[in-house]
Amino acid sequence: MSSLLPKPQMRGLLTRRLRFHAVGAFVFCFGSALIYKFGVAEPRKRAYTEYYKNHDPVASFEALREAGVFESVRPKGK
Amino acid sequence: MLSLPVLRAGFLARRGVLGLAAVRATHSHGKSVAIQENMSVPHYIEKRNYPLPDVPYRRDLSVDEKALMEKQKGSWKELSNEEKLALYRIKFCQTYVEMNRPSNEWKTILGVTFMFLGFTGLILAWQRYYVIPNKPHTLSDEWKAKQLKRMLDMRTNPVEGLASQWDYDKNEWKK
Repeated sequence: MSSLLPKPQMRGLLTRRLRFHAVGAFVFCFGSALIYKFGVAEPRKRAYTEYYKNHDPVASFEALREAGVFESVRPKGK
Repeated sequence: MLSLPVLRAGFLARRGVLGLAAVRATHSHGKSVAIQENMSVPHYIEKRNYPLPDVPYRRDLSVDEKALMEKQKGSWKELSNEEKLALYRIKFCQTYVEMNRPSNEWKTILGVTFMFLGFTGLILAWQRYYVIPNKPHTLSDEWKAKQLKRMLDMRTNPVEGLASQWDYDKNEWKK
């Protein structure tokens, strides 16, 4: 007769699996949220604040006007 | 009732199917009808995904083979290797190695698939030339350049998008 194998785990299999996957799910969700926040959202907010810190809307309007994209005002040359 | 082509007429004969519906060679137009296999009895199935056939392969045994079947009811230590092999061949048609042997079918499949794809490509080419109309004038390079210039003039997405990549002082894309 061959040697006996060790008795396998008989109980709590689903619990173990659920715990493993629940922990993994939390890590994955929070991790992806944090990655998005600090990889995408924060840089975007910074880019917008930087852009509008020294933004002169009148100068920007004049630039657009000179480029001729408006229908209500012509470039100054006309 | 399923009709199977007469590929293994001999094997089917052994299965005692001929009594039910033999090949009707006496048709007026001279063709033979496929044997109707009796699907209400178990069959010998030899497939990789069907590991245990329902019946042994050989049903009608010769006298020697019957004697062997009697002998194997005793201790198997008394069976010689040839007898063990004979018993195997009674029970099964092929060994696993023989059954799972590779074939050259993949070459046929790949070849025919590529032929059909090639033919489809010819059809598509014909369609492109004879059926499909020309591209709209708005997709010409000249129009697309003017469109891009207008988008840059309008400062589209100046914070993170298109206009943010254009250097308005030097009139070129930012490095």
